[in-house]
Amino acid sequence: MKERGQSVFFSLDWIIMVLYTALLFMGWFNIYAACYDDSHDSIFDFSMRYGKQLIWIGVSYVIVVLIMASNFRLYSVLSYFIYGAMILILTSVLVVGISSHGAKSWFEIGPIRIQPSEFAKFATALAMSKLMSAYNFDIKKPANLFMAIGIIALPAGLILLQPDMGSVLVYFSMIFVFYREGLSSIFLWLVVMGIAVFVSTLQYPLVAVMAGLTIIAGVWYLAFGRSIIEVLIAWGAVAAATGLFWVINHFLLDDHYEWHILIVGACMLLLPGVVVYSFLKRVWTATFVWLGLIGFFAVVFSVDFVFNNIMTDHQQTLIRVFLGLEIDPKGTGYNVEQSKIAIGSGGLWGKGYLQGTQTKFNFVPEQATDFIFCTVGEEWGFVGSTFVILMFITLIIRIIFLADKQRSAFARIYGYCVASILFFHVGINVGMTIGLVPVIGIPLPFFSYGGSSLWSFTILLFIFVRMDASRDELL
Amino acid sequence: MYSNRKYIISFIFGVIALIYIYKLFTIQVLDMSYKLSAESNVFRKVVDYPARGLVFDRNGKLLVYNESSYDLLATPNRVPEFDTADLCEILGTSVESFKAEFRKAITHARYKESVIFKQIPKHRYSYLQEKLYKFPGFELQKRTARKYEYNAAAQVLGYVREADPKYIEAHPYYKPGDYIGVAGIEKSYEEQLRGQKGLKIYIVDVKNRVQGSYKDGEYDTAAVVGLNVTSTLDIDLQLYGEKLMQNKVGSIVAIEPATGEILALVSSPGYDPNLLVGSDMAINYPKLITDPYKPMYNRALMACYPPGSTFKTINALIGLQEGVINQTSSFPCNGGFRLGSHVVKCHHGGSLDLVSSIQHSCNAYYCHEFTKIIGDPKYKRADSAYSNWRRRVQSFGLGTKLGSDLNQESGGILYSKNYYNKFYGEGHWSAYTIISLSIGQGELGFTPFQICNACATIANRGYYYIPHIVKKVESGDIDKRFYEKHDTGIEKDYFETVIQGMYQVCEMGTGRSARVSGVEVCGKTGTAQNPHGKDHSIFEAFAPRDNPKIAIAVYVENGGFGATYAAPIAGLMIEKYLKDTVTRKDVEERICKANLLDIDAQMK
Repeated sequence: MKERGQSVFFSLDWIIMVLYTALLFMGWFNIYAACYDDSHDSIFDFSMRYGKQLIWIGVSYVIVVLIMASNFRLYSVLSYFIYGAMILILTSVLVVGISSHGAKSWFEIGPIRIQPSEFAKFATALAMSKLMSAYNFDIKKPANLFMAIGIIALPAGLILLQPDMGSVLVYFSMIFVFYREGLSSIFLWLVVMGIAVFVSTLQYPLVAVMAGLTIIAGVWYLAFGRSIIEVLIAWGAVAAATGLFWVINHFLLDDHYEWHILIVGACMLLLPGVVVYSFLKRVWTATFVWLGLIGFFAVVFSVDFVFNNIMTDHQQTLIRVFLGLEIDPKGTGYNVEQSKIAIGSGGLWGKGYLQGTQTKFNFVPEQATDFIFCTVGEEWGFVGSTFVILMFITLIIRIIFLADKQRSAFARIYGYCVASILFFHVGINVGMTIGLVPVIGIPLPFFSYGGSSLWSFTILLFIFVRMDASRDELL
Repeated sequence: MYSNRKYIISFIFGVIALIYIYKLFTIQVLDMSYKLSAESNVFRKVVDYPARGLVFDRNGKLLVYNESSYDLLATPNRVPEFDTADLCEILGTSVESFKAEFRKAITHARYKESVIFKQIPKHRYSYLQEKLYKFPGFELQKRTARKYEYNAAAQVLGYVREADPKYIEAHPYYKPGDYIGVAGIEKSYEEQLRGQKGLKIYIVDVKNRVQGSYKDGEYDTAAVVGLNVTSTLDIDLQLYGEKLMQNKVGSIVAIEPATGEILALVSSPGYDPNLLVGSDMAINYPKLITDPYKPMYNRALMACYPPGSTFKTINALIGLQEGVINQTSSFPCNGGFRLGSHVVKCHHGGSLDLVSSIQHSCNAYYCHEFTKIIGDPKYKRADSAYSNWRRRVQSFGLGTKLGSDLNQESGGILYSKNYYNKFYGEGHWSAYTIISLSIGQGELGFTPFQICNACATIANRGYYYIPHIVKKVESGDIDKRFYEKHDTGIEKDYFETVIQGMYQVCEMGTGRSARVSGVEVCGKTGTAQNPHGKDHSIFEAFAPRDNPKIAIAVYVENGGFGATYAAPIAGLMIEKYLKDTVTRKDVEERICKANLLDIDAQMK
């Protein structure tokens, strides 16, 4: 039986602590590899990034100790205050901040540079948790939902003004928190589906995505107890429509269009049919999902069309920069290609520590920060990169399960915020290095070089660890 | 409330993690292309080109060597704006072609160096090196260019050229930019001469700046210099031969009978081998190839002529060995050999024995003898007798490729019995049908090379070694086949009779102009009938009679009788080779001054 006042270090979650430490030091070793240079032989060379990162890591542990020593109630009490202060800081960085990579997102105090948008994450998470843990808060009430979205929108909007699209996108991860707190699963599915479609269109031709969705539609119907005949009719309709298009195309239009365009056309015709059918059969979920999908396709198509055919090159570049899709110095996809080459060349076991050539010789951009995963992939191979991913997913799922154990709604919601933000960061960062998501410049938590990022993730995580350590004391 | 949603969220996260791991598996383990791209990213393979082997003549005189030459390389992204016209002027090239090369380099790879201009001539190089500081991004790569010491033996030595894509595809050792020997010794001994290319692997960064050598040079290989080759040529003899053949179309082949070593191989007109070096080649090659006298065509190895009367020596030997005649046999000659209304004419009268038949080159004698060979009752049928005769002719290396190390030989013309069976019908032809073969005319065509080898065979009294142009390759022997004796199967004794005849040819017969004082020269004149113009003058000879040191065949196109040009040239060559100095300056002067090219032009 633990006594009050006894050191929190006994009740601290050691799994998280070990994972955190492991990730931190694996990160440092990879930064060392990415910046390694024969002419600087001391790991304490503070002119090198790995030397500086050692300081940042040291400071992180000070932060950990400070948080663990603090009163766990402090964060709930101070949450709005911290949030308000952060809004002020985000506002002032727009005025007095300095620019880097085209975004005005840094404070420069002497030799130290701080990126407030990193710290805005935990502040927003605290405020969100405070709002949503309020006794009469119900996410199903539109007014409450909008309040929660407002909490996110304020810092997100300010960050967007810098502009730093990557950091803004992170807030979309809050959908998982809303879902956990009772938001209808339709929204989650819409978001998941939207992301799935978006990501898969980057990988596969639209035709494959459409065909895949049509098949999923069939499975969906089956799963919801529809008759198999209806599914077969739906699939038959796609085939028939495709065939009809083919005949028209072949004999009347002289093979003007590729065959896959025809399947897309057929699917587009069919989707409204599915919506109408679902509506008539009063299957509301299906109606919403498919309607949403049509809307999504419409947006993708029109955005694509406007972007490619109406905008000038200059405007396109502006948009790309604004979206955080990095400027491509050598033509389409050079950075992603180099990143994939680095990771792909690692093979099963990797080239060995410090043996990487692609990352070391600057073929990969930002190899110590946003593209640190390339070093992992190149030097540690498939085994190493899978290990890193599994470490992250273990940490995240551990946080989710601990969050669910919390007696206090504040701690629970905050835990979900932490898990979602971490997941989003890891997903975007790793995904961009292997070409699964567009190049959006956000760091890999605990791995990427940089004090702001490391400290903010440490604070984010250990506020939860602190609350978890005292979960028995909370109401 | 909603606690089970943690499973759904965890499930979604897990599935996405699995998708990522799957993607990693495909690019890291399944797809090999990324590994190759990574290599081409960081490895800069610098080829270390070895110097090609040198070629010496039989007396150790340097024939072929290397001279430094430079290629101009450019790394497009390091090249700022520069004065194109200035650089082009230094290089001696046109601005358009230079710009075209530069554009090619840009499309190839901006960050990598490409060859912009090859084989900069020496006189331009030193000036360019001085001015190179004005052109950052350009550098000079050291290569070597072939240099030929003498303006001689071009067709024998051959030349080198950049390997073309088709050749590279078939021979993976070669890479674009490599040079290969395409003719003569350069080609036959390519593998020995080329050496072994070295390779240094450097690691470069994204800007193509060298970061060091890969794994401390563990995978680097050093270039191995090409092997030196000693040719069998006597360059002084070769030069002299070319001098004698100036303004004439024809060939001289000289072989050392005891070894089969080629002492001289002249094909006239020749060309200066240095015309086909480096960037000059592009200008000179088309000129040479379109020259009406075909200087690049090796007549000595490739041109087939009827052997004319030189062939009588062969027929005499075959007749003796077959036993249809003996050393004392004689045939009547009344100014020719009558064949119905046709007469194979002769220029003398009376009855001649074998020795005098050679001395006087009696046509009638060989017509008679040939009818005996082909009509030999041993063989029952004319075609079997013919086949046997043909086999014996081939035993002298005539009508077949000799298999020397000069790989442009043509085989010559010596039809099998089937040809005549087809042409005249089986059993419908006899010695009389093909009587012109007896005196080396008709359906016969041998190269000067083959005739010289046959002459060497006679000099050896019955055998030959395959003639070859290379005596020794540094640290290694030449091919075994050049040490194998090829025997004719004709008795040595018979040769002495024929040689006596050949001796008399030079002493008091048709080949007196080949006589060299103090040397017993044995020879035989010949005239190859030329349907297009004046007959070709032929002379074969060897000397000294005992223990011969040189066998020679001389062909002068449109030179008339063998005695007119070919015999004196052979005599001068023998004198030059055996005595080193030529005493008959008047003959030498007459030969050198003779210009048969004009006559040739008149004939056309």
